[in-house]
This record gives sequence, structure tokens and C-alpha cells, in this order.
Amino acid sequence: MPILSPEVFIKKQVAAVQEYSILSGRAIADIFSRPLYWGDIFTQMDSIGAGSMPIIIMSGFFTGCVLALQSVTALKEFGAVSMTGSLVALSMVKELGPVLTGLMVSGRNAAGMASELGSMKVTEQIDAMRALGTDPIRKLVTPRLIATVFMLFFLTIIADFSGIVGGTLVAVNMLGLNASSYLHSSYSSLVHGDIVQGLTKPIFSGFIIATVGCFFGMRTTGGTQGVGRATTQAVVVSSVFIIIVDFIVTRLMIGIFGS
Amino acid sequence: MPEDHANPGSSSSTATAGAAGDGSAVVQFEDVSIAFDGKPVLQEVSFSVERGQTLVLLGPAGCGKSVLLKLANGLLKPDSGTIRVFGEEIDKLRRREVYALRARIGMVFQESALFDSLNVEDNVAYRLHEERVPEAEAHTRVVEALKFVELEAAIDKFPSELSGGMRRRVSIARAIISHPDLILYDSPTGGLDPITSTTIIELVMKQRDVWHTTSLVVTHRLQDAFILATHRFDPATGGMKLLPKDGADGGIDEGTKFLLLNEGKIVFHGTTEELVRSDDPWVKRYLE
Repeated sequence: MPILSPEVFIKKQVAAVQEYSILSGRAIADIFSRPLYWGDIFTQMDSIGAGSMPIIIMSGFFTGCVLALQSVTALKEFGAVSMTGSLVALSMVKELGPVLTGLMVSGRNAAGMASELGSMKVTEQIDAMRALGTDPIRKLVTPRLIATVFMLFFLTIIADFSGIVGGTLVAVNMLGLNASSYLHSSYSSLVHGDIVQGLTKPIFSGFIIATVGCFFGMRTTGGTQGVGRATTQAVVVSSVFIIIVDFIVTRLMIGIFGS
Repeated sequence: MPEDHANPGSSSSTATAGAAGDGSAVVQFEDVSIAFDGKPVLQEVSFSVERGQTLVLLGPAGCGKSVLLKLANGLLKPDSGTIRVFGEEIDKLRRREVYALRARIGMVFQESALFDSLNVEDNVAYRLHEERVPEAEAHTRVVEALKFVELEAAIDKFPSELSGGMRRRVSIARAIISHPDLILYDSPTGGLDPITSTTIIELVMKQRDVWHTTSLVVTHRLQDAFILATHRFDPATGGMKLLPKDGADGGIDEGTKFLLLNEGKIVFHGTTEELVRSDDPWVKRYLE
């Protein structure tokens, strides 16, 4: 791989940001004009939503389990074991549910989008689509964007629920806590702001997963090796973006709703 | 390498005349240049293609033939110069207008570029589905297009089940399904055996002689180019037929012109006769 001068490197990065912004802008603008490819939207919803369900349930459930285990150990020191339910619920709903769901779906779907679109790009299928009068952003990117944002919202709710169930099972069966008081503590600790915060994050994560996955797919060059490179880049960049945006959204939400 | 030549079929004379245009030019390039990563691919290319004409683009690999075709379809934008397709400056049009214009253009890609997740019928009907043509009508037209390329038996197959030649024929069927006013063939015989290549060239000829479609044909096979120039499609036999040398056209199809590119520049633009009589040393060497 040739070593680039700092000037060329910076220019390439700025050009990539510009391309990404244009792609994202067009994908959003295409939501509000016809034609919308409903068939493709539902296909993507099935692939992203139903397809990701098992990994989201598993990861949410076991995260809740381990969170309950770890929390009890720490809270025991302060004589606050009864707060375990509250801690698990707040952690899952505000932070772990949205972020873990984002990262899991990113690993699965951003990679899938980059490899699928990348393969289409290197075999000239995207050029063929354009030559046949179809806008590939409208046909390929916009349906994935709508489907990812929509489904990630519900996947996050499922992850939150699975985590709370996992935490409850561990707290009750392994740690001997009272189920009723555990669930009451979980329920009463959650306020409107926590729910809004937890369900705002997947909207941003969904946007990042779809646009970053499609962006790297659509600019793939260099044959099958290029497809592999695009896939890796899509997962890495979308995962890092999700964590950065999570921090920004959390700070904003604390500003709006307080701690 | 000389850019322009003084012979009658040179780029300087013919291309300039073509670029001036008489209003019937379907494709018109004026001083078009494009570079990738600072490396010039096409340099100040000017030519035009009139209605019903077939322009055969020849030249060594990497001389910019495929790039030229993609520029003509608006898949790439030139760094400088003007490209007019059906009188519209394609690089100045809005996104929606470009897609509308492409409805009048068919394109056959070098590696066929069939959608691998769709079967032959859906590939060929792709444009019709986009235009919301009723399913029954779309099916009839697909069968008609597949009959044209003699591949109706493969209607339910997927691209992965087809040979290279069959894929190329499906690609032609997909390009002609909407009876476009302009067809761009990007190396339609590239990577095919001689017999299959002849079948594909026969289809290009059939489209030219039956529908009189304006076309740009990129090829690096001289024999394909000369077959196009010296034969015509015979509807009686369903095959191609050598044009009689004692005919009014002297055994050469008058509507077929040649454009030779080398290192991104036009080396020759003219008729078959002008090409074979060219004094340019590079052209002579290339033809040998």
C-alpha cells in the first residue's frame, strides 16, 4: 500500500466525508419523494429485524444476567442489594440495550450491506441499475435506511426487555432476591426521560449502520479483496460512530431531562 | 502518437464536422476530457453519431473506450467538454432528468452485469417492472426479447446457471426490451469463443438492421468490427449475409463508422473505406 503525503491523505478524508454526506442527504431526501420501494423496505425489515432477533435476545438476556451478578457484588458492600433491579433496568434501558443492539446489528447488517452492495459495485450491477434508469440510492440505500432505523427501535425494546428478564432470573434464582421487590424496584426507577433517552439512541444508531454500510459498499473498488476491505471498514467505522454518537446523545439527553 | 491526421477520414476533419452537428446527432462529444487520479484517460475527444448510425470504437486495452461509453450514458462526468445525447447536455441534467433520459438508452456491459439475485425473466423485465408495466404485458415482451436473442428456453434460469455467451445474450435482451433509441455495447464479445462472438455480433447486426437503432459498439476484435461493416442481417435466413461488392454501397454498410482511440485520443474517425485506406502508420500497424 503506497504511503500518502499528509496533504493527499487529508484531501481524501475530506472527500470521503463529502461523499458520505451527499449519500446520506440523498437517502433521506428520497424518503419524501416517489417512488418508494416498499418491497425492498419490507425485505430489509425482515432481514434486519427478524434476522437479528435471536442475537439480540441472546445478547440482551445474558447482558442482563451478568449485570445482575456484578451489581450484587458491588451493591452488597454498601448494603444496597435491593437496588439491583433498579441498576439493571436503568443500565439496560438507558445504555446497554441501545448500544449493544446497535453494535450487534452493526456487526451483522452493516457488514452485510457493505458486502452485498460492494459485490454489486465490482460486478457493475450498480452501473447497470443506473443505466436501466434506476437510482441506486433510492433503490438500495433508502430502503435499508428506513428498515434499519425502524427495526433497530423495536430490537432495542426487545433487548431491554430480555436484559431485564435475564437480570430478574439471576437475581431471583441465583442470588435469592425477592422477585416482587426486584421488579418493583426496576419499574419504579424508570422515568419518562430514561425511556426517551434509550429509544432515541437507536434512531441515530440505525442511521449510522445503514448509511455507513451502504457508503462503504457503494464506493468499493478492487474486486473481491475490495469487498472484504469495505466490509471490515463498514463494521469498524459504524461501531466507533455508534459509541461516539451514544456519548453525544447521552450528554444532550442529560441536558434536556437532567440526570 | 499523432493526435490528428490529414487524411480524409482523420479525426481532425470528420470529428470536427460531426461535432458541429446538423441537429440529427444522437450522441455528440465536444472536447471531452477525463482523468482518474491525475492520469488522463480521454483528452479533448470530439465526435458525433448520427441517427441510425453504428459507430465501432476500436483501440488497444486501456485506451478509454469503455470510459467513453460510460460518459455517453452519464455514468461518469467529464472533467471538461460537452456531451450531448439526444440534444441534451447529459452532464448538466438533474439527477431525475438523467434517469429519464436513460430510458431511451440501452447498455450492454462488458461482463453482462446481470442482477445475480434475479432470474432471466426478472433481469430482462427489470426496466418494465420499474415502469410499472402490467405483469402479463411484461412477460409477453420478455418472451419477445428472449426470442430475439434466441434464448427463450432460459427464461427461468438464474445468471449463475448460464454460460458467458448466454449471459451476454440476456444482457442484450435486457438492453433492447424497451426498444431504445440508442444502444451502447461495451465489448459484447469480450472473453467469448469465436463462434459465440459471431452469434453476438449477429445480434448486434440484427438490432441495427431490423430496428435501425443508433449504436456505439466497443470492441477490441477487428474481425467483429469488419463483420459489422461488411454484412447485413438477412431476415429470410435469420442469419447474416455478406453485402454484395457490386452493390450500390460497394459491399460496405454505409451506416457503420469507425473511431480509433489510442492513449485517450482519437487517432481515426471515419468510414470503413477510409479506415482501410488510411496512411497513418499507427492505424496501419493496428489493422495488421
